[in-house]
Amino acid sequence: MEKRVFFKGWWLPALLVAPQLLISFVFFFYPSGQAIWNSLFLPDPFGLKTEFVGLDNFRFLLSDPYYLASFKTTVIFSTAVSVSSMALGLYLAALADRLIKGAGVYQTLLIWPYAIAPAIAGVLWLFMFNGNIGLASYYLKALGYEWNHTLKGDQAMFLVILASSWGRISYNFLFFLAGLQAIPKSIIEAAAIDGASFWKRFGTIVIPLLSPITFFLLVVNIVYAFFDTFGVIHTITSGGPEQSTTILVYKVFSDGFVSQDLGSSAAQSVILLVLVGILTVIQFKYIERKVHY
Amino acid sequence: MKHLKAIIASIALFAMFAGTSLQAKVEIQWWHAFGGRLGELLDEQVNKFNASQNKYTVVHTRKGNYSETLNAGIAAFRAGQHPNILMVFEVGTASLMAAKGAYVPMYQLMKDAGQKFNPKGFVSAVSGYYTTTDGKMLSMPYNSSTPVLWVNKDLMKKAGLDPEMDLSTWKRVGNALDAAKAKGIDMPFCTCWHSWVHLENFSAYHNIPFATKANGFAGLDTELAFNSPVHIKHIQTLGKWAQEGKFKYMGRRNEAGKNFRAGECMLMTESSAGYAGIKKEAKFEFGIRHLPYYGATEAPQNTIIGGSSLWALSGKSKEENKATAAFLAFLSRTDIQAKWHQDTGYLGVTTAAAKKTKSSGFYKTNPGTDLAGIQMMRNKVTQNSKGLRLGSFDQIRGIIDEEMEGVYNGTKTAQVALDSAVKRGNVLLRRFERANK
Repeated sequence: MEKRVFFKGWWLPALLVAPQLLISFVFFFYPSGQAIWNSLFLPDPFGLKTEFVGLDNFRFLLSDPYYLASFKTTVIFSTAVSVSSMALGLYLAALADRLIKGAGVYQTLLIWPYAIAPAIAGVLWLFMFNGNIGLASYYLKALGYEWNHTLKGDQAMFLVILASSWGRISYNFLFFLAGLQAIPKSIIEAAAIDGASFWKRFGTIVIPLLSPITFFLLVVNIVYAFFDTFGVIHTITSGGPEQSTTILVYKVFSDGFVSQDLGSSAAQSVILLVLVGILTVIQFKYIERKVHY
Repeated sequence: MKHLKAIIASIALFAMFAGTSLQAKVEIQWWHAFGGRLGELLDEQVNKFNASQNKYTVVHTRKGNYSETLNAGIAAFRAGQHPNILMVFEVGTASLMAAKGAYVPMYQLMKDAGQKFNPKGFVSAVSGYYTTTDGKMLSMPYNSSTPVLWVNKDLMKKAGLDPEMDLSTWKRVGNALDAAKAKGIDMPFCTCWHSWVHLENFSAYHNIPFATKANGFAGLDTELAFNSPVHIKHIQTLGKWAQEGKFKYMGRRNEAGKNFRAGECMLMTESSAGYAGIKKEAKFEFGIRHLPYYGATEAPQNTIIGGSSLWALSGKSKEENKATAAFLAFLSRTDIQAKWHQDTGYLGVTTAAAKKTKSSGFYKTNPGTDLAGIQMMRNKVTQNSKGLRLGSFDQIRGIIDEEMEGVYNGTKTAQVALDSAVKRGNVLLRRFERANK
C-alpha cells in the first residue's frame, strides 16, 4: 500500500527541504552546539575571560545534592501536572460530550483558560494565595489552616501544580472532546444494546479508541511540564522555598541568568537535552506500541 | 538553550531601540531598580538634572528588582548594548570589581571628564565599600541604608506594652513578643532581607566574622564563617519564634514591609530606607529603634550598609562619559544628597549632606531618622564591620535564604542549616575565585 515518489534531480528535493534544514540549524543545531561547547568552559559573567575546564562543570553539578534533588522535583511536578490535567480534561470532555443543550457555551467556557499565558496564570493564582492580600489564603486562615507557600514546600508545590494544570485542562479537554466525538455512535449504541454499562463501555471501547489522542497528549503534556511551566514557577515561587519547586529547566535559568554561572547552566542544558532525547525514545518505542490507531 | 538565546536577543533588540534618539543633546542611559515612592524621587532627580543644563539628557529605565537590574546589565554588556550607568546593589559589588574592563572606575571617569570630585567628601563607612584597598574609588555610592527596628506603637499598646520600652537586646524583644502573642497579636515580629539583617549585619554588629580574610576584603580565597555559636543561637531563636507563631516569615526580600505598613506586624527589622513607604502609608504611630543585639556581648559594634552604587560601564564614547561624569557629580551635590536622605531614610552619603540635614533641624522634627547614621558610625570600624566583599554573593544569599527557610519551617536546626549554607557557599566562592583569577 505504501506510495513512493521519486524525484528526478537532486536540486528540487534539496530546495524543498532547505527551509526546514535551515530552521533546524538556526534554532536547534547551532544553539545545541553552543551549549555543548559552553559547558566545557568557566566564563566570568561579563564574558571578559573564560577558562577551559573540561568536564568540571558536570562534576560540579553531579556533586550538588540540590541538583540531584531537582530531578525528583521535576518527576513529581511533571507527573502531577500531566496526570491531573489529563484526568480532569477527560472527565470534563466526557461530561460535555453528553450535553444536549448549550454544549457550545460550556465548551467555549472550558477552553477559555487556555488563552491565558502561563506567567499571567501564575500571577492570577499568586494573587489568590498571596499571604498579604490573597482571598484564598484569607479564607483558609479563617478555616484554621495556615497558608504560607513562601515557607512551606508542599504548599508551594501544590500551588505551582495547580496553576500549571489549570490552563492545561482546557487544552486536554479540547483534544479529548474531539476524540470522543470522533468515536462512531453506532459502536457505543451496539454495546449499550448488548447490556454494557456506562463504565464498561467507557473502559473497553472509549479508552482504547482514545489511545492515539491520549498518547499524543501525554507526550505534549510532559514536554509542557518540562519546559513551558517556567513562567508559572518564576512568577509564583522563583523555585523556592528551599528549591522545593526548582525543576530542571528553572534551574538552568536561575543558575544562568540569576546567578550568572553560564558554564554550569550550559552543562545543565546538555544534560536536559540528553534526558529529553531518552524520554522521547522511550515513549515512542514502548508506549506507542500499545496505542491503537 | 533556545529560550536563553531568545532572551538575549530580545534584550539586545530592546536596548538597540532605546539607544536611538535625537542627536542634538548627548543622551545617556541609566538602568536602575527603583519603583514606587523611591522611583518617583529618582525621577525627580533626573528631571532636575535635565532641566539644569542643556548639553546632556539622562534617560532612566527601571529593570526590575536589584538582582534583575544587575542581570539585565550583564546580559546587555555581553550583547554590547549596555547602559552608561548601571545601578548595582552592594551584593553585586565584588562581581563588578572583579570584572576589570567592564567599567570605568569613578576616579578615572571624573579625571577624564575634568569634573571636580572629592572622594573624601563621602562618609568613609559608605565609600569604603566601593573603594579598592589602595584607596581608589570605583563606583559612586547612591543609596545606602542600614537595618533598624521598626515599632508599631499602636500594636505595642494593644499588647499592653509601653511603646517606649527598652528594645535594645534580643532578649527584651523576645519578652515583648511573648506579651504580644499572649494578647493575641497575630504577627508580633517580621523581617525583611533576613540574610542581610540577621546574618550579615548581625556579624558586624557583634564584631564576629561573616567570612574569613576580613569578610573577603583581603582576598578572593575567603571562606564563609557564619556558623559560629553566636550566629546559630540567633537563627535558632528566630526558628523557635517562627514555630511558636511569634515570627511570621513573609519572603526573602522586603515583602514583610507590606504587613508592617498595613499595621499587622508589631516589630519589624527592615532597612532604614523603609522610611519613605512607611511615612507615606502607615495609619498608626510608628517608632524607629536601633537594631537589637545580644546583651551578653559588649556594646554593639556598628552595622554595615546595604543599597546600591552607580557604575559607569565601559565601551562608551568620550562625550557620553563626560555626560555620565556630569550627572554623577550632580547627584553627589549637597542639596541633592540632603533631600534624598530626608525623603527616603537612606543615609546621607556625603558628610556635607549629613551636616546640612542636622543643622536644618530635620532630626528634631522627625525623631529616629538619625539612628541609622549613628548606628553605622558609632564605633571605629573593625575588619568584621567594614562590610562584605564576596563573589557570587547574590547566589550565596539565595543559598542562605533557602537554608534559613528550612529553620523557620522546622525541618532543620540552625546548626544543620548554617553548616550546610557555609559548605554550599564555599563551593561557589571557590568557583568564583577560579573564574576570576
